[in-house]
Amino acid sequence: MSTSEEQSVRLAEAEYGSVIRAAPSPVVVVGSDGTLVELNDAADLVFPTARPGLPLADAVPSWLARAHRESSGQPVRGLIAGRAFQAHATRLGDAVAWWLIDETEEQRTKQLLEVERERTAFLAHASTLLLSSMNLGRCMEITAQLASEYLADAAVVILPPVVNKLTMVWRARGGQAVREVLAADPATVPGLDIALRGFPPVPSRWIDPASVADWIIPDGLGPVGSVAVVPLPGQGVPAGALVLLRTSSRAVFTENEEVFARLFAARAGAAMAAARLYAEQANITEILMRDLIPPQLRHVDGIEFAGGYQPSGVAERVGGDFYDLHPAGQAGRETFIVLGDVCGKGLEAAAMTGKIRNTLHALLPLATNHLRVLTMLNSALLSSHHTRFATLVFASAVRDGANVRLRLTNAGHLPPLIVRKDGTVEEAQTQGSLVGVLPTVHASTAVVHLEPGESCVLYTDGITEARGGPLGDTYFGEQRLKDVLAECAGIPSEAIVERVQMLAEQWIGDNHHDDIAVVAITAPRHREDR
Amino acid sequence: MTHAVSADRVDALWSAVVAGDEYAAAGIVFAALDGGIPAEDVLLDVVAPVQAKVGLEWAANRISVAQEHAATAINDRVIAAMAHHPVARVEPRLGRVIVACIDGEWHALPARLLAEVLRLRGWRVDFLGAKVPVQHLISHLHLTGPDAVALSSSIATRLPTAHATITACQAAGVPVLAGGAAFGVDGRYARLLGANAWSPDARGAADLLADGLPQLTAEAHQPIDDLPHLADQEYTMVARTARSLVKQTMADLAERLPVMREYTSQQLDRTGEDIAHIVDFLATALYTDSLELFTGFLRWTSEILAARGVSGRFLLPTLDVLAVQLKDFTRASRFIKEACDDLGRALDEA
Repeated sequence: MSTSEEQSVRLAEAEYGSVIRAAPSPVVVVGSDGTLVELNDAADLVFPTARPGLPLADAVPSWLARAHRESSGQPVRGLIAGRAFQAHATRLGDAVAWWLIDETEEQRTKQLLEVERERTAFLAHASTLLLSSMNLGRCMEITAQLASEYLADAAVVILPPVVNKLTMVWRARGGQAVREVLAADPATVPGLDIALRGFPPVPSRWIDPASVADWIIPDGLGPVGSVAVVPLPGQGVPAGALVLLRTSSRAVFTENEEVFARLFAARAGAAMAAARLYAEQANITEILMRDLIPPQLRHVDGIEFAGGYQPSGVAERVGGDFYDLHPAGQAGRETFIVLGDVCGKGLEAAAMTGKIRNTLHALLPLATNHLRVLTMLNSALLSSHHTRFATLVFASAVRDGANVRLRLTNAGHLPPLIVRKDGTVEEAQTQGSLVGVLPTVHASTAVVHLEPGESCVLYTDGITEARGGPLGDTYFGEQRLKDVLAECAGIPSEAIVERVQMLAEQWIGDNHHDDIAVVAITAPRHREDR
Repeated sequence: MTHAVSADRVDALWSAVVAGDEYAAAGIVFAALDGGIPAEDVLLDVVAPVQAKVGLEWAANRISVAQEHAATAINDRVIAAMAHHPVARVEPRLGRVIVACIDGEWHALPARLLAEVLRLRGWRVDFLGAKVPVQHLISHLHLTGPDAVALSSSIATRLPTAHATITACQAAGVPVLAGGAAFGVDGRYARLLGANAWSPDARGAADLLADGLPQLTAEAHQPIDDLPHLADQEYTMVARTARSLVKQTMADLAERLPVMREYTSQQLDRTGEDIAHIVDFLATALYTDSLELFTGFLRWTSEILAARGVSGRFLLPTLDVLAVQLKDFTRASRFIKEACDDLGRALDEA
């Protein structure tokens, strides 16, 4: 080595020396013989027994000593006195300086971030699954499934008690959800009765697993090591409670885990409350709607009655068109049938049809005189607060030997069509005024005889005024309806209704349409021989 | 049950059904039940073949559409009567299944047969009937929380609706079993549209359900996820402008074929309907990206026309004028050209 080279090395060492001593993180310098040459103040704190001159292996943990021997040039990681360090090596002439960076906090933060990421993903997944169903039972199953997969070894979802009965879903990890209604006392599981009433839970470390009643533990789970009870908050009212169970081999619930379980419970509880609300609403709608939906028509005394109904709104089940049937109490009496169209559509019109149907039901004893029924219905509608009016057709049908005798009264409605055996289609000769507008109504009644296989068809303008066809802008019209019916000679009433409805719907295609109602009355084609 | 006995009963039921004699029809079916034939076999080996024959006889122009409806109505009443026979009374012991037809699907009988078979096998069945709007179906699913939905569709043009329905059921957390002619003889369209299972017949469907449909745990998916080709918008454009396409095609055809100017309004209606069908099937073929769906429809139409004494050659100029209007659509143009070639070959062979 030349003098100038020695000089520059010494200079470098001197500079490094001062840098090393001033460094905020621990630095140890190891000579070419493997002994410590120097260590800074920070390193003194980390390696209290290390002194210059000691062999490296005696001064630092084995992982660092090994890294020095292997001298791969790559940074290495290891623990020193319980803290995590990263060590980088740089060469100083013949010596090597190890720079140690404390990354304990960084690693802890990374771990926390990883846990948070997993939890966020889990909550997003849970929300998607929980929001998919508006069915309470299914929401309970999904809650139990998610909780038993991610939060505990088994989970139990319990609804607030109804007359001392608990509705529950159990699920152990990897198993099937089990639904059951049980007469069990929530007080036998510490914290459960409180949670079911929506109050904050008891910390799980206060619950002695041995004090938990057997009925809450899924079959075959084994001994329970720890228990957490979490309320499922609904919208203002408790939706139920979630019981998390861990078998003895697993750790008890940490405070952090309980906080997370509550975050999950908030989502599950909201989904369950929404599902319950939906079921209640749907149930109410169903009950109220029952009387508004056109009835399923049936055969009376061999006479075939069939009806079809299609409200204008896709999502609606009722509208302003209606029909109703009042079967004859005994053979030889007339069966009364009505088809009508209230001005307007949707639920409001449907409510009006309900009123008309109820009124007509009450007026049935007078049905031998159609005009009288019409007059009384008219005054009932005029005296109500409704401003709507309606057009109707009444039909009274009775067997007359092999034939059917019909009395038909048309109150401002489209004419009933009679389909004869030979395919002739006739309009029934009856006319009258609509109801609900004028103080008095007038109408004439036609008597029509149907021979076996012949039909009378009542329909609303939803069919004749249906716009569509291949070109999209043509009315279906009365003539097309008559042409269709001509092909329907001699076929059963259901088939007529289906044919007419199907053609009208195909005609309409994607167009908007009005309410559609069709009723067919057919005289029996074959003698009942049974 | 031997095949011969079954065939005799099918013939007898067929005669009763076309005669519109529901009492005779019910008598045949009750005799079979009283004779110890299992109700499922009566439904699937006697009633179902008769119903299949209804369709074949119509295609061959041996019965009218009205007779087809009449026969179906009688068959339907026979099934209803059967449900009251003591051997057909089964207490539900399995889960709950919803059986429904896709919106716009009028042919309810195959679904009705499935519903009855499932009921006989011990399922609790909700039969929602023909043309069920998606909204009704989904609210029913939410209310009842069934184990599965069985969806029936016989007309291929309902496939886009079927797809939306399948996706909606799955989004509500219920697996879907698809069935019916619309999904293809091998169920290819059921798979394409992401149904959880498919079965060619009611027995197969009942067996599938007995084994348990796959549970849904996957995230809800959108229709476009299954059919990336929809990104070219050709389906949307053709479906949205279907009516004006038909109108223009009618006008262009009338210029090419002077005979059309003498058509009666009824003949014009029929021609318009035929063209509307072609456009609907083209749109569905674009939706499913299936050329075969379009060519298959045109071959079938030409056979139906032939049975009614009309030459299928009339379809070729229709396709021509349609092609002119859709010349800017790559996939549609290719489908029409290939379908023309295929139909030409089929007509030459015939």
